Amino acid sequence: MKSNIRVLIAKPGLDGHDQGAKVVVRALMDAGFEVIYTGLRQSPEAVARIAMEEDVDVIGLSSMAGSHIQFCRRLKELLEENKLTDKLWIIGGNIPKRGYEELKALGLDGIFPTGTHFEEITDFINENVT
Amino acid sequence: MSTDSDLKPVINESGIEVKPLYTAEDVEMSGGIEMVGNPGEYPFTRGIHPDMYRKRPWTMRQYTGFANAKKTNERFKYLIANGQTGLNVAFDLPTQIGLDTDDPMAVGEVGRVGMAVDTLRDFEIAFDGIDLEKITVSLTINGAAAVLIAMYLAMAEKRGYDITKLRGTAQNDILKEFIGRGTWIFPVEPSVRLVCDTIEYCANNAPKYTPVSVCGYHIRESGADPAEEMAYAFCIAKAYTDGALERGLDIDEFAGRLSFNFNIYGNIFEQVAKFRAGRGLWAKIMKEEYNAQNPRSMWLRMIAGGGGNGLYAEQPEVNIMRGAYYALIGALGGAQTMALCCYDEAYTIPSEFAQRLSLRTMQLLAEESGLCDTVDPLAGSYYVETMTNQMRQRMEEIIAEVDAQGGIIKQVSEGAIQSRVSARAYDTQRKILSGEIRKVGVNCYQIEEEDEHEPEYHPYDEVATQKQIDSMNAVKAERNPADVERTLARVKDDAEAGENVMPAIMNAVKAYATVGEITRKLTEVYGDYQEPIRF
Repeated sequence: MKSNIRVLIAKPGLDGHDQGAKVVVRALMDAGFEVIYTGLRQSPEAVARIAMEEDVDVIGLSSMAGSHIQFCRRLKELLEENKLTDKLWIIGGNIPKRGYEELKALGLDGIFPTGTHFEEITDFINENVT
Repeated sequence: MSTDSDLKPVINESGIEVKPLYTAEDVEMSGGIEMVGNPGEYPFTRGIHPDMYRKRPWTMRQYTGFANAKKTNERFKYLIANGQTGLNVAFDLPTQIGLDTDDPMAVGEVGRVGMAVDTLRDFEIAFDGIDLEKITVSLTINGAAAVLIAMYLAMAEKRGYDITKLRGTAQNDILKEFIGRGTWIFPVEPSVRLVCDTIEYCANNAPKYTPVSVCGYHIRESGADPAEEMAYAFCIAKAYTDGALERGLDIDEFAGRLSFNFNIYGNIFEQVAKFRAGRGLWAKIMKEEYNAQNPRSMWLRMIAGGGGNGLYAEQPEVNIMRGAYYALIGALGGAQTMALCCYDEAYTIPSEFAQRLSLRTMQLLAEESGLCDTVDPLAGSYYVETMTNQMRQRMEEIIAEVDAQGGIIKQVSEGAIQSRVSARAYDTQRKILSGEIRKVGVNCYQIEEEDEHEPEYHPYDEVATQKQIDSMNAVKAERNPADVERTLARVKDDAEAGENVMPAIMNAVKAYATVGEITRKLTEVYGDYQEPIRF
């Protein structure tokens, strides 16, 4: 288990629902992670850039308004271009099950729908960041 | 009478202890019945009208909109045919933040959570065949509100309505967008100025139109407790009021056209007390702080919404019952208008079926259950009157705190309110996850995952973007480029000069300038908002 794990929590696209993202940021901070929260309206380009600049171990997206798959398709390309595919890539929020397969195929390591216990997220990060 | 001291203490969400039994003494100790009064009279605790629903039930106004203007128009007509009495329009996110459909940031978002609007043509199509005198329209628009209010007025004018008599509402509460919901565009200060432009413009040109609906609703959705929800909304309403007064308007020229939007989910009695307390407190603020003379200026006119934050993805059918209790609260609370989030909304844009169920829920209360027979039926309950007094006192404390710390505009600009609200959301979520706050089907009475069934999904039309871009381009090809250029230049000039930009926006909209074109002109002057990140 790595110490000082750095986690990026980003709000992709135009969705303004940030209650969940901010709650998760607080939970991760309380669990001892270093958290970088982007605020709203991040483009895939911005998420990839911040992930690089901040040298994070985890790239987390919080999506509530349904446009996450399109977003992840583009982000996948950028993660590959920028050699960021070794980062743990996770998503949470309102993520319908019927999209899970495509998200996993795109390279998402973990999917955490609304109502997920914080420990599930923190354990997952601790176990998978090496 | 039970005196069992082993009873577990109950503290409601607003932080007020709930006793196992209330008596006349509790009412007296909490401040008595001085603020109760009669409905239709100051301080309006019991309702803003003397006869309330006996005269007319609340307006039923489900939040609706998806894809494009044509599809949304069809859904409007479906709901009206099913007995809905008002419209509440949902716009897609690009429209809400002032982007055109072909903007790179709009990819994957066009028509997703509401209807796409680029030009006045979309408004003409969306409201085609709808009698705007019979069916009042509420536009859920904030960042781009000035432009969309202009589109609505221009569309109505084109159809021959006299806009001096036209009713309708725009949400247009930008301060709460910085706290929750997030469809801001410009920095805080010019954003508030724009709201005041619309208030001033409507007071002078469309005096029956409600240019602002101040929302506690989304602040509650973001984590605030019910007392904070209403208190922060009043702080925001006071900020707009101060701004409008600075323009030289008289309080009674516009205060009667301010309305409010509150959330309903939660404890039935706490919520009803919240609405009653809020009515009394707002009337008091208007009368004592602002010296309003016209009773209308003191009315807490409101839409109450059965909030999405109270609904859950687990066992979604349970949300149907939740919605019924929320509607009951709205009716017992004396709301003028009601909307219910649909049971499938944790998953998708509501289906026609889910929308109809929500509408039927409200109709069931109005038609079958006696909710319209008597005004403020819970008045006189020792519990409800005590709680009403306590909620009002709690709200007054919160307002005093905000005022003491520099006021709501400063506190929002610094991210202080946002931080307080998200800390509370975190606290609530921890209690839900630990089971301390019980949620049926979520953290108790769960079922196996394979027994859960997901509602049917509203399909997202992936080709809708291209269709909307095509229709926008068709409008652009037809319009007069010189008119567009001239009217857009004036928008920028007036913004730079600090003039009220509404007349210029009206002209630009009539020349079929797009939402994005007009917004960009304003951004050139006002700049972009930078979100304060603060935990």
